[in-house]
Amino acid sequence: MRTLFSENILSPSPTPVPQRNPFELHFATASSLSHTSSSASTQSSPRQHDLLTQYLQQQQQHDESTRTSYESSSDRGHHVRRKGNPKILFMGLKKSGKSSVQKVVFQKLSPADTLFLEPTTKVEQTSLRTFTTIDTAEIPSHLTLDSSELDHQPLFSNAGAVIWVLDVQDEYLASIAALIETAVFLSEHYPRINFEIFIHKIDGLSEEYKYDTFREVRQRVQDELSDLGHGDRSVSYYQTSIFDHSIFEAMSKVVQKLLPQLPAMETLLNKLCSTCRIQKAYLFDVGSKIYVATDASPTFLRDYEVCSDYIDVIVDIKQIYGWHSREDNEEGGSVASGDSINESTVTLDPSGETYVYAREVDEHLTLLCVMGKGSTIRRRALIDYNVGILQDALLQVFKV
Amino acid sequence: MERVKRQKQRKVLLMGRSGAGKSSMRSIIFSNYVAKDVRRLGATVDVEHSNIKFMGNLMLNLWDCGGQDSFVESYLTNQRSHVFTSVAVLIFVFDISSKDGGSDMVSFASTIRALHEFSPQSKIFVLVHKMDLLPVDQKARIFQQRAIHVRATCEDEGFLGQQVDFWATSIWDQSLYRAWTQVIYFLVPNASAIESMLRKLAELLDARELILYERATCLVVTHITRGGEGQNPYTDRFERISSILKTHKHSMARHSGVMAAEVTFAEMQIKMGAFMFFITRLTENTNLAVVMPSDESSFNAARVNVQLARREFAQLDIVEKKGKDSQTTTGARSGLSGTDDMVGNEDGEGSTSSRVGEP
Ligand SMILES: Nc1nc2c(ncn2[C@@H]2O[C@H](COP(=O)(O)OP(=O)(O)OP(=O)(O)O)[C@@H](O)[C@H]2O)c(=O)[nH]1
Ligand SMILES: Nc1nc2c(ncn2[C@@H]2O[C@H](COP(=O)(O)OP(=O)(O)OP(=O)(O)O)[C@@H](O)[C@H]2O)c(=O)[nH]1
Ligand SMILES: [Mg+2]
Ligand SMILES: [Mg+2]
Repeated sequence: MRTLFSENILSPSPTPVPQRNPFELHFATASSLSHTSSSASTQSSPRQHDLLTQYLQQQQQHDESTRTSYESSSDRGHHVRRKGNPKILFMGLKKSGKSSVQKVVFQKLSPADTLFLEPTTKVEQTSLRTFTTIDTAEIPSHLTLDSSELDHQPLFSNAGAVIWVLDVQDEYLASIAALIETAVFLSEHYPRINFEIFIHKIDGLSEEYKYDTFREVRQRVQDELSDLGHGDRSVSYYQTSIFDHSIFEAMSKVVQKLLPQLPAMETLLNKLCSTCRIQKAYLFDVGSKIYVATDASPTFLRDYEVCSDYIDVIVDIKQIYGWHSREDNEEGGSVASGDSINESTVTLDPSGETYVYAREVDEHLTLLCVMGKGSTIRRRALIDYNVGILQDALLQVFKV
Repeated sequence: MERVKRQKQRKVLLMGRSGAGKSSMRSIIFSNYVAKDVRRLGATVDVEHSNIKFMGNLMLNLWDCGGQDSFVESYLTNQRSHVFTSVAVLIFVFDISSKDGGSDMVSFASTIRALHEFSPQSKIFVLVHKMDLLPVDQKARIFQQRAIHVRATCEDEGFLGQQVDFWATSIWDQSLYRAWTQVIYFLVPNASAIESMLRKLAELLDARELILYERATCLVVTHITRGGEGQNPYTDRFERISSILKTHKHSMARHSGVMAAEVTFAEMQIKMGAFMFFITRLTENTNLAVVMPSDESSFNAARVNVQLARREFAQLDIVEKKGKDSQTTTGARSGLSGTDDMVGNEDGEGSTSSRVGEP
């Protein structure tokens, strides 16, 4: 049975988290916001407001009761701990784009500058410190799996995913052959590792050809794996390019699968969306702009794009006008930046009826919500309140 | 004083040799192209006209003059008076990567000779373009050399000192916005009147900074900086904000599936512990960005106050330029940020500094 919270997610806090009374808080907010929020409170039943609070309480009790069972099976505990730190290996033929993907997503290299990347000649490991630590490693193509130079154990034993980068602008049959070999190796020795295929550099292809290529690659891989008796091996396929948002979308999905906190985050986002009638909610890692969770409603690339672009605006404006507080900080002054509610909105149409709402959860994570028609400014008090609860809950989820 | 609603037409020539990048910059600034799209542009045949309505009663009348030799020949001969009469500004674009610097200079010289003949009072903006193609460590030196050379030619033809401005540009960064902002600022007929009203508004709101920009182009018309914000280390923030907002506009267009030109947003708000920021419409063609200390109630008051100020600013659009007496209100200008990146003045009579030696 998979439980929502493992011991790694919620810290065994000796004192229960103080719960605010949702009623008190709601009306306090309402009075300070004068006329706008009073309509919000009459519109919806007060019961609705504390859905998230209740949920959080339940989860904590649930967590208390399951913790003991985890402690008894230390083996499983270990496994979870390892998975808590996503480690991703990049493999593929030479010049397929392995370094480019890592540099563009995790180090903000501009896509045009990847032209000047040097070939990778040895195993290159990097570690990104963000909302969690993400370890990545690139295995150079000349180090094949049977090469004596390649020490499997340290690389694969704690890896969460292998991403095979397949260059569609190159002759890719050779890549498929090498890919199959790797998939079989992983199935036999490290069946827990997710196998992800990036059908990469699709920017050079026409729409129609893109789709055909995608199908052909998938078909071939599946056929060959079945022939070799590994047809049940689950493999995921993504179409990617560093020149648009597709690479971020794909990396988001790969990373999400490795987060033990994912189910908890998804449940919280679902609750938030239904309580506040939010069209789509994303939890973004601001540094990399991958999203670490989203609600269950259908995902449209354009929603992701507009949110991701909006983060850029916020980050830039924050840099330009936040210089004041940064200088204070350097001078040793302790600015309680964590106390302020950092939020922002931008309307998506002239009437202001649809808009994007962003709120910082902590220094790395930001919640972005796309608000559809009907989520008028009047609902803002309700949204602000529930997002506040969600923020507390998320901080709990990530507390180590 | 007559108060007639009359557009102030300002003729702007965009010239330079074929392939210099004139249509590229026009498309990016005025037609919502992104830099990587301009490769698709063909050479301009003869002259392409566009009219752009700006704040105040300014109507920009832009002449993008195709730069192939046969066209230039015709501008200088049978179309000479038609092209060069009543020009407010000539923007001349040099391709810094051109293999034929000598001919470029000859072409420039004959162009400004014709300009001097028909519009001796006009202002020249020399854009040294495609700077991205130079190695970083040589940009400053090569730009400077070119500027000295061009200035000598200008003096030979009778365009002295402040009548000529130099800017290093590239479509791949915000330098393009920087240069065009100067052109606009020079052309806005009632800049000082706008500024003094904005200054009053800024004081009323207790804002740190106000930035007025044109909606279609996202070019900054003017800005007011108060108090400590004058020390803001990001002195390039105005062109950066132009570029951020333009990018945002493209993003919104993609999201809603409309043309970038049709994108209008009602409001943007960014609230941080260190500051609060919002953008809202000010006049028909302009938006106002307001930067304030972080305080919820003054923030809300400011939003209301900007709405109330709209009517007064709308008047500016129809008030005729009052002539020289508007110069007396330029106290506002000297109080601007210490960054000194405003050059140009109405009709070019004011003190404009030429800019040799951009970083
Ligand atoms: N068109 C296109 N080119 C890409 C893309 N991603 C990477 N490239 C180009 O592919 C080339 C190789 O990229 P690298 O990232 O060095 O590839 P690699 O797999 O790390 O190569 P080795 O380390 O030498 O094995 C570079 O010139 C990149 O600019 C993409 O999505 N589209
Ligand atoms: N590297 C670089 N290329 C540029 C820049 N600006 C324009 N270009 C390129 O220059 C080429 C010519 O641009 P155009 O804008 O069509 O030139 P034009 O001056 O309008 O030419 P005519 O219409 O024939 O007079 C295009 O292919 C652009 O991609 C720049 O800042 N940097
Ligand atoms: Mg590499
Ligand atoms: Mg042209």
